[in-house]
Amino acid sequence: MSSVILRIQQLGIVFKDSNSGLRALEDVSFNVHSREFLCVLGPSGSGKTTLLRLIAGLLPASTGQISFSELKQPRIGMVFQQANLMPWRTVLENIMLPLEVTGVDEVHARKNARDMVDLVGLTGFEDSWPRDLSGGMAQRVALARALIHDPDLLLLDEPFGSLDALTRERMWTELSRLWQAQQKTVIMVTHSINESLFLADRVLVLTPRPGKVKLELTVDIPRPRNDDIRYTPHFGKLARRLKEAIG
Amino acid sequence: MKPFLKSFLRVLEWLLPLAGFLVIWQSLSTWLDLPAFIFPSLDVVWTRFTQSLLNGSLLYHGSITLIEIMLGLLIGSLAATFLGYRIARSPRLERALSPYLVASQAIPIVAIAPLLVIWLGPGMSSKVFICSLIVFFPILVNTVVGVRAVPVALHDLMHSLRASRWQILWKLEIPAALPVFLGGLRIGATLSVIGAVVGELVGADRGLGFLVNVGRGQYDTALVFVAVFTLISLALGLYGIVAWIEHQTLGWQEWRRGSL
Repeated sequence: MSSVILRIQQLGIVFKDSNSGLRALEDVSFNVHSREFLCVLGPSGSGKTTLLRLIAGLLPASTGQISFSELKQPRIGMVFQQANLMPWRTVLENIMLPLEVTGVDEVHARKNARDMVDLVGLTGFEDSWPRDLSGGMAQRVALARALIHDPDLLLLDEPFGSLDALTRERMWTELSRLWQAQQKTVIMVTHSINESLFLADRVLVLTPRPGKVKLELTVDIPRPRNDDIRYTPHFGKLARRLKEAIG
Repeated sequence: MKPFLKSFLRVLEWLLPLAGFLVIWQSLSTWLDLPAFIFPSLDVVWTRFTQSLLNGSLLYHGSITLIEIMLGLLIGSLAATFLGYRIARSPRLERALSPYLVASQAIPIVAIAPLLVIWLGPGMSSKVFICSLIVFFPILVNTVVGVRAVPVALHDLMHSLRASRWQILWKLEIPAALPVFLGGLRIGATLSVIGAVVGELVGADRGLGFLVNVGRGQYDTALVFVAVFTLISLALGLYGIVAWIEHQTLGWQEWRRGSL
């Protein structure tokens, strides 16, 4: 396995505003390797989203450390449960946003955004408003937006949770294609065992309240993975181990 | 339907109530046959209108009032936007200020207008001030509501991109709050006309409110109507400008789909 780019040590967080002080995460430690696809699997309430928000720097940790090797300020691309597009920006303008924030000039930003539109298969929708997109299309825009500024780390927070089953599975194929083309380090949070086995190199299972790492599982299913892998005995065995860990 | 016919029908739709109103007016004045200083007929009002237009007095007084309105609207909305933004981001500031801001709305502007004219003089500044006072509150409230309604998830997005305070303001907060803010500006635009006229009625030697006073004093009722209709058109014009700005900047809104 290649080099470690993110080290998480004894991470914990307590939300003080809830009456008794909710311990959302406790003593969570793991490493993330460069170009790895890591899934964090857990039932709702296990602090998965909190973990991502901590890594993204949206929340301060109560205890422990999050350290990026070599990079003090890693670039982060994030996809949320909802597409979270700005309704006043067209598809192209939404995708351009991270470049605008990092100060890339508009001509370049536009050109790169057009390339991203093609990459996620939305050619022809550049000037559409978000209101006119289906859920799957909106999530593609969100993916393009998360990738355009060449982030060091891609954080996906149940990005396909709000999509219907058919679209979701199509997006899995799409995402693994993008991941292989772009060679990104990805941390994805999910509550779907199938999703994690379809996409991840490694799966961490979190227990609920307080969230702790209960199991670390390497997914040794060869790539590219297609629908058929789900009917293999090996897939079934891995799924079973994850299911048991979740409880 | 042909687009030409469609827009023609639209204009007709819009003109029909006006035509009805004028017909009722004219028939009432013929039927009641009251003296012109009580209820002038349409043609008397029209003559008075062309007369005051030609001798330049309507334009003169109208532009004075318009300048007062524009300045009042500008100052009032700038102050309201600034304070509203601060309040939206600071619950402490809201707790400290909101009782007083609400209480200030209980004071009838007509009652303190004479005071303001005494303090600031009978010139334009007192009208501009009254105008900004009346405009202030609706725009303040809408700014607070608009800024507070910016989705938390979009704030998260901007923070995950390490956006600066300014970038968050320009790329997120302003566009997200704009629809509600412009709603406040719509109300403010029509209220600003009232503010300026109230000030002029209390004490002024210029402006459309002054013209109303003159007309009343000389039993020139037609002139009162001329001034009132001019005020109405000013308010309509301002409202139209805000609506136009909305149309230009908020084309993305869901309900505007297909309404080009």
